[in-house]
Amino acid sequence: MLPLTDLEAEAIRLSLRVAFWSVACSLPFGVGTAFLLARARFPGKSLLDGLVHLPLVIPPVVVGYILLLLLGRRGPIGGWLHDYLGITVIFTWQGAALAAAVMGFPLMVRAMRLSLEAVDRRLEQAARTLGAGRFDTFRSVTLPLMAPGILTGLVLAFARSLGEFGATITFVSNIPGQTRTIPVAIYTLTQTPDGDAAALRLCIIAVILSLIALVASEWLARRLHARLGN
Amino acid sequence: MLTLRANHRLGDFHLKLDVNVPSRGITALFGRSGAGKSSVVNLLAGLLRPDEGYVRIGDTVLFDSATGLSVPPEHRRLGYVFQEGRLFPHLSVRGNLLFGHRRIAPEQRRIGSDEVIGLLDIAPLLERRPRDLSGGEKQRVAIGRALLANPKLLLMDEPLASLDAARKNEIVPFIEKLRNSFGIPIVYVTHDLGEIVRLADRVVLMSNGAAVFTGSIEELVSRLDMAEIMDHPEAEAVIAGHVADHDDEFGLTRLALPGAELRVRRMALPPGAGVRVRIRARDVAIALDAPTRISVLNVLPVRIAEIVDRREQCLLRLTVSETPPASIWAGITARSRHDLGLDTGNRVYALIKAVAVDGSSGGAEAEPTQATAIR
Repeated sequence: MLPLTDLEAEAIRLSLRVAFWSVACSLPFGVGTAFLLARARFPGKSLLDGLVHLPLVIPPVVVGYILLLLLGRRGPIGGWLHDYLGITVIFTWQGAALAAAVMGFPLMVRAMRLSLEAVDRRLEQAARTLGAGRFDTFRSVTLPLMAPGILTGLVLAFARSLGEFGATITFVSNIPGQTRTIPVAIYTLTQTPDGDAAALRLCIIAVILSLIALVASEWLARRLHARLGN
Repeated sequence: MLTLRANHRLGDFHLKLDVNVPSRGITALFGRSGAGKSSVVNLLAGLLRPDEGYVRIGDTVLFDSATGLSVPPEHRRLGYVFQEGRLFPHLSVRGNLLFGHRRIAPEQRRIGSDEVIGLLDIAPLLERRPRDLSGGEKQRVAIGRALLANPKLLLMDEPLASLDAARKNEIVPFIEKLRNSFGIPIVYVTHDLGEIVRLADRVVLMSNGAAVFTGSIEELVSRLDMAEIMDHPEAEAVIAGHVADHDDEFGLTRLALPGAELRVRRMALPPGAGVRVRIRARDVAIALDAPTRISVLNVLPVRIAEIVDRREQCLLRLTVSETPPASIWAGITARSRHDLGLDTGNRVYALIKAVAVDGSSGGAEAEPTQATAIR
């Protein structure tokens, strides 16, 4: 393939940045939510469960629109952020990352929860008898044992972020250099006369990026499993 | 002392305990599966919280429902060796061994890793992963891991149950070494009478969530009412004694027991070493007169203390010694009893056809078990 055009390079950089930050920032929340859903008992648990999985079943455009209502400059959260902290998320790449994080969250939580449920709690008991407190046990036994699930969750959420379109374009629009990620750029090119070839090039790039992510995660997962003795 | 009182309901199962045992040596928790043995250990470890109860080891109260005190497991300082090992799969053998060791204050590390690694013979395994270990190796590492946490008490929940006979024989000497070289009291759960005879200083017999007997193994096996509970249909006697001397010409060892002497196959134990002999009822025959010109080596004059009729079978409890009390069982047919006109109080001769000897009870560096049958 010929060298990347400026537009392509920018879209790739932006997509990777958005995907990276969306996954990085939702990771602790993902682990926390997975823990709550797998281990805790509290009223409203099924409500939380439903809420987390909602982005999986409702149209992305709706998610984007809800985010816009909540986080727009006059929205209940967005207004507060703007007035007191001077933060605006709409029409910024951070907003795009947030939209991607929300859309990827159910996938991340699901994978982590499954792996947490598979962790042998008797090993945690053993750690307790050996002098490790609750948090120490979680850090030194539970987390390493659920590592493959965490990895899977990260990769799924990352891939989902790379492909996020509907919520992104609704929430943060289509601004070159800020919110025009690869899918948005592809969409823009298809709307442009003579943009087909460029769109196709970007499509191929998207496929390659996703493939690299998948292969890398497969390789990592195999190493992790080998370490865990499976 | 180890004091354990608990009242706990788990579905249909009701645990109702009141146990007081010295916290030294090896205390065996014995009983069939489902008797509540593991629950007792989990109560001690803090993994099971009773509805109400009281747990104290030495001067330390670990649980008291009256005051709401419950020391969390990580602060109880009790080593726990689980039946399935429960090694951490993501850590190497070394990482497993040091897991508890790293979590105690340096001044409390009385037992060092070199010592344990040497004792359990696991130096070649240190860099391996648990999945690459055999069952016996896993259990040795699990014991080492618990030991290196420098516990005040070691809990062992059927540590040998998942192993075959060969692996068991590989581990038992290590447990004996633990008792002899570290002086850590051990609570040992098992349903195997052999392990108790070999290892235990005292026995707590569990049945349906209650401790129905506490005392020595010799006492326990002399009580026929416990046979049913022990799930041990075959009557068997256990008598403690020591090695008197060796007869090298014929390859025999003479054992001194209360009120009796037994000759068994040559043992690799020095004179004076403590032993326990096990004599099964079916290996004991009865003669009215002192038999002469027979091949049985061990003939003891005894008195019939008790006769239990069991359909066509008859079980005799024979007093070998009054003080200290020692008795054996003889299983004979009802027909023989009738023909010989046996009755309580009769003086007869017991012909012992086979004796199993477990060495090293209380002894120092003893050789592994010898099971010896002499006819």
